[in-house]
Amino acid sequence: MTAPLHEPTAEAAPSAAEEAALVSADAKAVQGRSLGRIAWERLKRDKLALTGGAVVLFLVVIALLAPVITSLLGQDPNEYHENLIDPLFGTPTGSLGGISGDHLLGVEPVNGRDILARILYGARISLLVGFLSAVVAVILGTVLGILAGFFGGWLDSVISRVMDGLLAFPQLLFIIALVSVMPNEMLGLTGSSVRVFVMIIVIGFFGWPYIGRVVRGQTLSLREREYVEAARSLGAGRLYILFKELLPNLVAPIVVYTTMMIPTNILTEAALSFLGVGVKPPTASWGQMLSSAIDYYESDPMYMVVPGVAIFITVLAFNLFGDGVRDALDPKASR
Amino acid sequence: MTTQRTSGRRKQAFAAVAAVAALLTTAACGGGGDDGDNGGSSTGAAGFDAANNKVAQASAAKKGGTLKFGGAQDADSWDTTRGYYGFMWNFARYYSRQLVTNKTEPGKAGAELAPDLATGLAKVTDDGKTYTYTLRDGVTWEDGKPITSKDVKYGIERVWAQDVLSGGPVYLKDVLDPKGEYKGPYKDTSPDKLGLKAIETPDDKTVVFKLPTANSDFEEMLGLISASPVRQDKDTKSKYGLHPFSSGPYKFQSYSPGKDLTLVRNTEWKQASDPIRKAYPDKITVQFFSDANQLDQRLLNGDLDLDINQTGMSPQGRTTALKQHKANLDNPVSGYIRYATFPQSVAPFNNAECRKAVIYGADHVSLQTARGGPVAGGDIGTNMLPPSVSGSEGQKYDPYEIAGANKSGNATKAKEALKACGKPNGFSTTIAVRNNKPVEVATAQSLQASLKKIGINAQIDQFDGSQTSGIIGSPENVKKKGYGIIIMGWGPDFPTVQGFGMPLWDSKYILESGNNNFSLIKDKTIDGLFDDYITTLDDAGKTKIATEINHKVMEGAYYLPFVFEKFINWRSDNLANVYTTDGYSGMYDFVNLGLKSAK
Repeated sequence: MTAPLHEPTAEAAPSAAEEAALVSADAKAVQGRSLGRIAWERLKRDKLALTGGAVVLFLVVIALLAPVITSLLGQDPNEYHENLIDPLFGTPTGSLGGISGDHLLGVEPVNGRDILARILYGARISLLVGFLSAVVAVILGTVLGILAGFFGGWLDSVISRVMDGLLAFPQLLFIIALVSVMPNEMLGLTGSSVRVFVMIIVIGFFGWPYIGRVVRGQTLSLREREYVEAARSLGAGRLYILFKELLPNLVAPIVVYTTMMIPTNILTEAALSFLGVGVKPPTASWGQMLSSAIDYYESDPMYMVVPGVAIFITVLAFNLFGDGVRDALDPKASR
Repeated sequence: MTTQRTSGRRKQAFAAVAAVAALLTTAACGGGGDDGDNGGSSTGAAGFDAANNKVAQASAAKKGGTLKFGGAQDADSWDTTRGYYGFMWNFARYYSRQLVTNKTEPGKAGAELAPDLATGLAKVTDDGKTYTYTLRDGVTWEDGKPITSKDVKYGIERVWAQDVLSGGPVYLKDVLDPKGEYKGPYKDTSPDKLGLKAIETPDDKTVVFKLPTANSDFEEMLGLISASPVRQDKDTKSKYGLHPFSSGPYKFQSYSPGKDLTLVRNTEWKQASDPIRKAYPDKITVQFFSDANQLDQRLLNGDLDLDINQTGMSPQGRTTALKQHKANLDNPVSGYIRYATFPQSVAPFNNAECRKAVIYGADHVSLQTARGGPVAGGDIGTNMLPPSVSGSEGQKYDPYEIAGANKSGNATKAKEALKACGKPNGFSTTIAVRNNKPVEVATAQSLQASLKKIGINAQIDQFDGSQTSGIIGSPENVKKKGYGIIIMGWGPDFPTVQGFGMPLWDSKYILESGNNNFSLIKDKTIDGLFDDYITTLDDAGKTKIATEINHKVMEGAYYLPFVFEKFINWRSDNLANVYTTDGYSGMYDFVNLGLKSAK
């Protein structure tokens, strides 16, 4: 299973050394093989990562096109089809959770809503929360991490202690408590949009210390480097150093952490919806589908399998892709 | 180095693939199996609905053995004064006796009263304001001492001590001492602590109740478990529920709350003194589970005889049971009505036409399916008086044709009502629903879906189900949160319109917290009818008024009834003398259950 596919370590080590040597020795070679290009070439050789990336792309596309796809199929995620439900048991008539030509993944027990349509709409919520909360975390984490690492002193102490505090904080419990006291309407949003907004902000807020720590650490080591020293002795300003010297070298770890963070956020969203504090009904979400499927795991197992597999594939795809990106960028290797 | 790190993570991924594959294979199995039809089965089970409103296998009951209950929920308290759960009242008859109690008969007759500690039903004199009882000979406590009229009085006095013994019904307090003059036995200044003036005990055998004003349901209130005798020297106050002192055929052996409870025979109890209780088994055990599915599994396996909560099996176990063990099931009507109600404090539900729009617009079949369908959920509810209450007409009274022409919702009529209400394009509102009842959340979603079709945009707000009395029970909070539709259910404390409807519809019962008149009904006609009911002593007159009250409530369009609730309840192969009783909301009558073999 774990065949050494493409990158025999014996070859990789010298090539990495070569690259490093080239980078520092010859300016032209740097242009020919920039960090991004090296990474891309490594990524292209990683079939698993590419597959993961393709699946991620596919998921994003179907999530964006969910209304189009469902209307092409003639389904609505919130439409009841009670005629497809056995009134005695409350489960769909027909085999495999009521799979039919009209309902490709079957229908929900009790109300007969189309599962495929709900999965597609659920993907919107999952990906939206997953991406945007990662964006929130990245912005906060990068800014605060770089400030802490670059300026040091009391600012570093304060930011670091805040990060420690947040990392020790029972995130899930806090979100549950927060969501239950949230008003139904705020900032011009109502219903599910409020919940989605709150989830994005809160998951992002609790996620930034993970990135913040890495960025701070990297900044601490980078700011003592010769090229920064050189820039400083040539009279470069702080902002110049921050943006032109440090930030480009932080891109790799940030990208890697972002790709790793998205699947975690998707799982958190699913967990919150599972616990009933995610989006509000009737908005579809995978976690909430899983939660209501519990009562039917024996009589209608398909209802549980479908959202379970959806979460599984999504998280797996993001993880494989994220791994590939990390290998390609290799944040541990410095210039 | 990097590749090694990666292969670690990838192994995890592959392990996860394997795990999902395993899940898929296990999930694919299951199901199938043959039906036990309506007749008796080879296992000895009496047959589907064999114990519903009739006695199943009475002659098979033998003395002895251990009767095994299971439950997903412990009682609120086993203290006779404090318990309010229906199953607790049913179970408490094992260890407590009352002056009068429900007849041990199936169906409707089970809701009638029969003398228990008393020699007969009350001698009512003084225009229904004096009730006199004489105690039987040979009635004893678990230590062999006789039960006296003073014990009866003291037991009832405990209802007044709401500061220490909260939770139970307070009808007796409201009727015997409407002004609240008595402060309860723990604050009683008289030396014998029997200072309540409304109850007299001229001798050890006689109890006389003197009501300030007559109440036609007073004897029903004395049939409640909260009217049980308690002996003063055995009263451990707030700890009494951990070990009530027995006057019945069984006594507490051990009890750990939320885990298990064991009753053993009370050797001082004499069959001759008790016309009600048969006391078949030697021992009674109750085991509590945190998970209803686990409980159902144990019932299906035959490890337990029945569910003490008697609220029906959960969807999972129910499906298996209906497919494979139908002969072990009964499908009684519970006496509960499940409904939505419209607080008039929240616009536009102050307008009856807008309330009617919701009633017409709702898809009643869909709501019924959400409740569990016609078998596990119940018949479509058409009015607000449950079938077990006298004066009810069942589905025959259907002013909005809920179970008839408008069964699947009538958009035309709903739109007309909306126009009449001045909201032709619909409106927005919020549905409040308990978050710990998946079935109620499902009905809320069904209602939301059908209201959308007539232009009513409803948000669903799931509130903490354990905080019901403070959230929807507070009219101020309901108004603040804008709960235009509240989803709830209600069952009778005793099967009369007073025991069912007074807290829901009488304006006197609108409370600051713990309110149940969610719609804030302030209708002089309804209030007047309740006043008439209380002073009407003949049964025919009472029934007529009950019917009239129901009609007034329905005409006001304060409620959208979902179902006249039904349960699917399990009885083991080994149970004998099983029957459901309207006295305890369609539950099995616990007190006379027997076993076929003393295994």
